[in-house]
Amino acid sequence: MSTISRDEVARVAALARIDLRPEEVDRLAGELDVIVESIAKVNTVATPDVPATSHPLPMTNVFREDVPEPALPVEDVLAGAPDSEDGKFVVPQILGEE
Amino acid sequence: MTDLTRLSAADLADRLTRRESTSVEATQAHLDRIAAVDDKVKAFLHVSSEAALATAREIDARRAAGEELHPLAGVPIAVKDVVVTKGMPTTAGSKILEGWVPPYDATLVERIKAAGLPILGKTNMDEFAMGSSTEHSAYGNTHNPWDLDRIPGGSGGGSAAAVAAFEAPLAIGTDTGGSIRQPGAVTGTVGVKPTYGSVSRYGLIAMASSLDQAGPVTRTVLDSALLHELIGGPDHRDSTSIPKALPSLVAAARQGATGNLEGLRVGVVTELHGEGYQAGVIARFEESLALLEKAGAEIVEVSCPHFPYALDAYYLIMPAEASSNLAKFDGMRFGLRVEPEDGPVTAERVMAATRGQGFGDEVKRRIILGTYALSAGYYDAYYGSAQKVRTLIQRDFAAAFTETDVLVSPTAPTTAFKLGEKLDDPLAMYLNDVATIPANLAGVPGISVPNGLSDDGLPTGFQILAPARADDRLYRVGAALEHLLEAQWGAPLLASAPELSPPGSPRSAAGTSGDTEA
Amino acid sequence: MNSNALVPYEDAVKRYDPVIGIEVHVELGTRTKMFCPAEVAFGGDPNSHTTPVSLGLPGTLPVVNGKAVEYAIRIGLALNCQIAETCRFARKNYFYPDVPKNFQTSQYDEPIAFDGWIDVELEDGTVFRVEIERAHMEEDAGKNTHVGGSSGRIHGAEYSLVDYNRAGIPLIEIVTRPIEGVGDRAPEVARAYVQTLRDIFRALEVSEARMERGNVRADVNISLRPTPQDPLGTRSETKNVNSFRSVERAVRFEISRQAAILDAGDAVVQETRHFHEDTGTTSPGRVKSDAEDYRYFPEPDLVPIAPSHQWVEEIRATLPELPAARRRRLLGEWGFADAEMRDVVNAGALDLIEATVAAGATPAAARKWWMGELARRAKQAEITLDEVAITPAQIAELQRLVDAGRINDKLARQVLEGVMAGEGGPEAVVVARGLEIVSDDGALLEAIDATLAAQPDIVEKVRGGNMGPIGAIIGAVMKATQGQADAKRVRELVLERLG
Repeated sequence: MSTISRDEVARVAALARIDLRPEEVDRLAGELDVIVESIAKVNTVATPDVPATSHPLPMTNVFREDVPEPALPVEDVLAGAPDSEDGKFVVPQILGEE
Repeated sequence: MTDLTRLSAADLADRLTRRESTSVEATQAHLDRIAAVDDKVKAFLHVSSEAALATAREIDARRAAGEELHPLAGVPIAVKDVVVTKGMPTTAGSKILEGWVPPYDATLVERIKAAGLPILGKTNMDEFAMGSSTEHSAYGNTHNPWDLDRIPGGSGGGSAAAVAAFEAPLAIGTDTGGSIRQPGAVTGTVGVKPTYGSVSRYGLIAMASSLDQAGPVTRTVLDSALLHELIGGPDHRDSTSIPKALPSLVAAARQGATGNLEGLRVGVVTELHGEGYQAGVIARFEESLALLEKAGAEIVEVSCPHFPYALDAYYLIMPAEASSNLAKFDGMRFGLRVEPEDGPVTAERVMAATRGQGFGDEVKRRIILGTYALSAGYYDAYYGSAQKVRTLIQRDFAAAFTETDVLVSPTAPTTAFKLGEKLDDPLAMYLNDVATIPANLAGVPGISVPNGLSDDGLPTGFQILAPARADDRLYRVGAALEHLLEAQWGAPLLASAPELSPPGSPRSAAGTSGDTEA
Repeated sequence: MNSNALVPYEDAVKRYDPVIGIEVHVELGTRTKMFCPAEVAFGGDPNSHTTPVSLGLPGTLPVVNGKAVEYAIRIGLALNCQIAETCRFARKNYFYPDVPKNFQTSQYDEPIAFDGWIDVELEDGTVFRVEIERAHMEEDAGKNTHVGGSSGRIHGAEYSLVDYNRAGIPLIEIVTRPIEGVGDRAPEVARAYVQTLRDIFRALEVSEARMERGNVRADVNISLRPTPQDPLGTRSETKNVNSFRSVERAVRFEISRQAAILDAGDAVVQETRHFHEDTGTTSPGRVKSDAEDYRYFPEPDLVPIAPSHQWVEEIRATLPELPAARRRRLLGEWGFADAEMRDVVNAGALDLIEATVAAGATPAAARKWWMGELARRAKQAEITLDEVAITPAQIAELQRLVDAGRINDKLARQVLEGVMAGEGGPEAVVVARGLEIVSDDGALLEAIDATLAAQPDIVEKVRGGNMGPIGAIIGAVMKATQGQADAKRVRELVLERLG
């Protein structure tokens, strides 16, 4: 499998929206490389004929009735907000997205 | 005078029911104990004395008025800080949630409150439950009551240490890869990971959604059964919650305590002992097996050939799910917000700065690993493959359980190591969970029961695993082993733990109130 | 080259073969959100319709709204799709302040419905079959309002205000396969497709489906290639298309724009573009970089959905007659020509005519009124047909009065005016304004005699054999009776009188 380069770590960190200092990027590249190599051995047993399990329990069709319940009071909604105005959350300017 | 903090929860509950003590006395006794020893143990992130005493007073009043209460009503409890508590700070051991006060209760907290258990406070943990030593808490280490220079296990080291140090008779933990069971083993306490889906996850700050499960942390097997029955059962707010009621766990524990295991088939998992396991851990394990055999159990060896891949699969599935679950911590709606010092203050940059500063190293490591494992081009090789290993492990369990009723192993390969010893070696740290992880992947329940001290004088744990939804078997076998061991020892294991409060300071007694010094 | 260059549309479609693809999102009209029991309500204070779940607070978990699944299946069946035997939700991971969890719970490679089709009829009767690749369930995001900067556009804003009332509302996303072979009809096909879907959603009663309210949203993909035998070209995706007309205009513009790029020998950039209502043009939107790596994986907090065959058939049995089938049936019942029917549909008169017929009028009479007098008045007042101030039942009543001979067409128009002015129903207006045709011969003869007396020279001429001036006499009588005479009867009586 591919090794995880410094550039790769930086790319993934951006994808995950985490600022890393340069020394963190270096350290992570080394650590992740070791981890990835060791876990690559799952591929030796994970052959095409084996189905994937995403749930420990075989349940299906868990539904809820379309009946409203009381909303969270607006004071509670905004209580933990770093910043709010006129009942809305204030967030910094958003660039480049719709 | 009875030291109320030395009683098991069941015994304390009896005293309260018989009105030999009040809940206020019991709660105050534990608050005093916390005040006396927690500066050394550091199990608690938040102590809520006022709220706990208020609950205690209410319970005492209702009991005095003749109301019929839950068996555990008035018995104090501590809650791991990964569980959301309304009006009480919840940090998940992270700086990114410093000061966050949730506006709602987890389902299991609702059940605890409805039953009238005073909540003493929130316990320390590895940040976002990622760790095996609690050293990754953003709020400092918790210390093992057996040896304050050693780790209490993780991620739920705070709950286990609190219970081991008699700061609480009951605690709630969560277990994703062993975070209840492994701390139980290294602190000489009982810890249970219930069948996946048998305890609601609504209100558990999620790490790995398909692996997380909340469970009891106690000093006795019966106490765990009582607590498990209180918090477990179907919850319509959790889609992965099993709709059926639990089997009777308390009855199973009581039955097991008679010590008769005639007809029980016990499977020793070949792949879960041997190399990497300390000699003292193996020795205590084999002595426990001998005890079970004497009690009538049949011991067989079974192989679960895919278990050696469990750790690898886990360290692909868990970080992947966690990387997605932790995306919501971004400084926009709650928690820490950090603005970058230079350059434009945009939402994207604030998110990255907040997460860069708010998350600790281990969390960042796992988020990056998980994001990588899911990213385009890597999914099939990593996450996709790991989910296949999961199938193989379930099949191993299924096959093993056709020949056995329970599977057993040492809970952890070593006793409590020293603080700082494994911090620089993440892989070495991950190996602590090698025996506990298979159960999480398959969703089957497991218990760790203290089964002695290793040659280094530190506790070891005996792990029992059962098929999914057969949690009662854990309690039957666990109670039996506990009974047999305590008959040998003459007292519970924790009786030989070092005394933590300084000589001369009063230990709380029923009926006294007054000053206690820290 | 000039990035604003355009090739005239007619020229562009002669030399390039357009291929379009359309993604439509429809907000379901359920009472609660997709994954939590917060009420779906329009208006209301910001952040007053959320629960910890739809706010994405730590520790919360989703639970699927069964009604939304039922609606999804209804839509899938109406679009002739196969319904999945089992399907799962997946997480689409991306960071954005209006997405509370920073992932959207959606469906990825296991949509609930797939491999369907829908026939789309253009105004001139041409029919295109659009293949539907999939329809899947997902949740809506919250709403950002930008503060600072100019004109509310994103760039230059100082900060944003976020309201999560909309976050979590159930959405169905419907994706077409590439629509090929449309040639110069591409803009109309795109428009008609979105309209057809809208009509279906309303007929199914799964959504109010008002594009102007954002209940229905369309993203249009267009690419060009030299000939249909060539491989597909690079496509652009255009968002912010908020009306049927905009769908059509956006496609036209993109064809012109891309043709200019290709003419110059350059490559079309694969990008998301933003449609501008005021100018009918598109401009580049966000650059898709890491936004494309959504790291989809099956949603671990939800279990699979496996609609039973029985449930699907139960739902199928409750499907109403869909618009296309209904049109065909009515066409047969009413006996209109195809072109007439098309005009009716295009004018939005179908429901009105059907209601008028139900109230007792003949189809021909109903069509005469709605497509004639009422259409004229609506156009003049710049309103839609269904906004005119008269009901189908009243039109039927009006026609009954004409059929009974109590009023004629000319009088009927006056009655119509009276009804529309709010003076009451047709009968009431006839009475109040005294518009009934005079059927009493006596009264008519009085008027005739008076007219004849006043015009002796005409009487002479007619008696002398010249029939020409009869018209003038009849005209004068009609005037004297304010048009409330049956002209035929008047003529008969005049002739009698004159001998």
